[in-house]
Amino acid sequence: MGNEKEEVKEEQKREDEEDEQVVNPWEVSAKDGGKIDYDKLIDKFGCQRLDSSLVDRVQRLTGRRPHVFLRRGVFFAHRDFNEILDAYERGDKFYLYTGRGPSSEALHLGHLVPFMFTKYLQDAFKVPLVIQLTDDEKCMWKNLSVEESMRLARENAKDIIACGFDISRTFIFSDFNYVGGAFYRNMVKVAKCVTYNKVVGIFGFTNEDHIGKISFPPVQAVPSFPSSFPHLFPGQDNLRCLIPCAIDQDPYFRMTRDVAPRIGYEKPALIESSFFPALQGETGKMSASDPNSAIYVTDSAKDIKNKVNRYAFSGGQDSIENHRKYGANLEVDIPVKYLGFFLEDDAELEHIRTEYGAGRMLTGEVKKRLTEVLTELVERHRRARAAVTDEMVDAFMAVRPLPNMFY
Amino acid sequence: MGYTKEQLLARLKELEIDFAQYEHPVVLTVEAALKYIGHVKGAFAKNLFLKDKKQRFYIISALSDTKVDMKVLSQRLGLGKGGLRMASEETLAEILQVPLGCVTPFALINESARDVSLLLDQGLRSQECCLFHPLSNDMSIALNTGGLDKFLKSIGRVPAYVDLEANPPVGKDQPPDLASFVPSAAIVLPEPSEKEAVAQTANQNQQCANSNSATVIAKAVKQNKEVKSDKNEATNAKDVKDKAGHAVSSRRSFANTQHFVDEVLDKTSAIILSEITKETIKEHGDQLGAVVSDNIRKRLSSELNNLAMIFKNTAYTEGFHAGTLNRPHHF
Repeated sequence: MGNEKEEVKEEQKREDEEDEQVVNPWEVSAKDGGKIDYDKLIDKFGCQRLDSSLVDRVQRLTGRRPHVFLRRGVFFAHRDFNEILDAYERGDKFYLYTGRGPSSEALHLGHLVPFMFTKYLQDAFKVPLVIQLTDDEKCMWKNLSVEESMRLARENAKDIIACGFDISRTFIFSDFNYVGGAFYRNMVKVAKCVTYNKVVGIFGFTNEDHIGKISFPPVQAVPSFPSSFPHLFPGQDNLRCLIPCAIDQDPYFRMTRDVAPRIGYEKPALIESSFFPALQGETGKMSASDPNSAIYVTDSAKDIKNKVNRYAFSGGQDSIENHRKYGANLEVDIPVKYLGFFLEDDAELEHIRTEYGAGRMLTGEVKKRLTEVLTELVERHRRARAAVTDEMVDAFMAVRPLPNMFY
Repeated sequence: MGYTKEQLLARLKELEIDFAQYEHPVVLTVEAALKYIGHVKGAFAKNLFLKDKKQRFYIISALSDTKVDMKVLSQRLGLGKGGLRMASEETLAEILQVPLGCVTPFALINESARDVSLLLDQGLRSQECCLFHPLSNDMSIALNTGGLDKFLKSIGRVPAYVDLEANPPVGKDQPPDLASFVPSAAIVLPEPSEKEAVAQTANQNQQCANSNSATVIAKAVKQNKEVKSDKNEATNAKDVKDKAGHAVSSRRSFANTQHFVDEVLDKTSAIILSEITKETIKEHGDQLGAVVSDNIRKRLSSELNNLAMIFKNTAYTEGFHAGTLNRPHHF
């Protein structure tokens, strides 16, 4: 795809677009405090919409129902996903790569979304997965000590493992532990292909940013290349990589895709999700300092009920009469949006949307259903988390071969 | 239950850690030990076993000349000015499972000490050799910090050395620099009368790979419904229960095939029983079998897959762990 260079140049036009929405790995904000315009984003970034024909194709190839996030358009954009499916159909496998910046101990449901989807991909396609914990990134950007960021990486690893990844085909690594060897050699290869100007253009670095930040991008780029993991993919330099991530990570991988052919590697494919809304609404910010802006995996059933009832932004009308008359505004209603993410049953969701939108169902009922769904999810996660020991983390993070990774 | 000196020494040899051992009469203090092995080249470490107000425990291992100011340490950990105290003799026995006068980083080999935080004096690093008790006061072993680190890593610890004499300011804009050393879990100890129950459940749990004395103790706490008069203890018991207690009774079963099968059958039976009623028999007649079978698949598929994944991961981890202990290689 020859237009990659164009896409990267696009970034330099950022100066003109100060009024527009900002979406990059460190900042996400809508225009004028409104909603994120995903169509504009797809246009600007130059990725593709994930349409229903692709979802059907996934169903045919995997022989199982597509994940709820695919059915509901949570994962809505991609780059080269169709090529991955073409190769898969021919019998050529691929591997998955996703990651997390371990910046806080508590994970909330928004953090789990990419991992839940990645687990589905791992199970449905029977492919291996590498998970990168960018403790170095958080050490630099959040000014954490090295020890603290490494500790957080291990703690987060436990919650990630609790999402149900298969230890016989998953390798979790933290940058502070793993960078070196073949991984580092690839980092240098990538770094040589990205000028200072370009990285400033893509990520918005300034002269005041320290050199750690400026040289970080290759760290997140090279897990896309199988040769970075010689213990996993020896001799499989052509193995393709699929990266499930939130769309704000796109800049890293645009850069990676631009560099890949120049160093003789395959471009990684991407499958991208929209942002998980804060409890208080699309315009609200989910922040670690406001525990009421999100549901955490450590929340009790009581906490969840409380948060949903008190803080979940409702699209219902202000009085029952008005509500019966006009119905709920489904565009801004958070409980319905959250159900869109987590309620498995398509028919039930449709029913709720119809009834609530027409005003026949009240906000209280919707919130009650949401509380049930979320409580079940968090309970399941907690039970799985209780089974994760330090030895299990060590095993997931051990540099070891995965002989059954495709079976 | 607790590791013995012999087991520790065997483990050190397995890990190919160089050390020298010196036997001497039982000593309780550094001064007493010096009388017998003052001639040995190497720095004696003094070890403090401390606890904070939230039942979290710490081992401080330092050169005997290093001044350790508990008030400063407490602040650097983010525990406020008077947050640290010496832990009691009982907790020494319960948690570290070593005798009096024998606090040593090697005590962390015990599962019961899993949540104990370790702070190592950076001064230890500059020494050719340091002397520690190997879980017993009638011997001291000398090894360098490289060897100590190798041991710590083998039990899943990240060795971290700090300047114990430093006194950095702690305030709004200067977060406590040692905050990361505060353990994430408190250790709740039962009242002396419950020790029997603990011993019994501990014996039962001996066989399972994931047994953990701290959670065994938590289970004893959970089984003992007596409300403690001390409000602090009650809150802590609740905390531990929420964190680990709920899953404690099933912690044994994660890779236990009988428990796994029982859980699968329990869930399946529950659904069958709920799906076969007078109404549904009337509604579906002959077809009820097929309908129930379908529903079982629909309702249980995801949950059973999750259970199976936990089982698989646990079994793999047990094998992996056993394998890595047998070969003293690092990753």
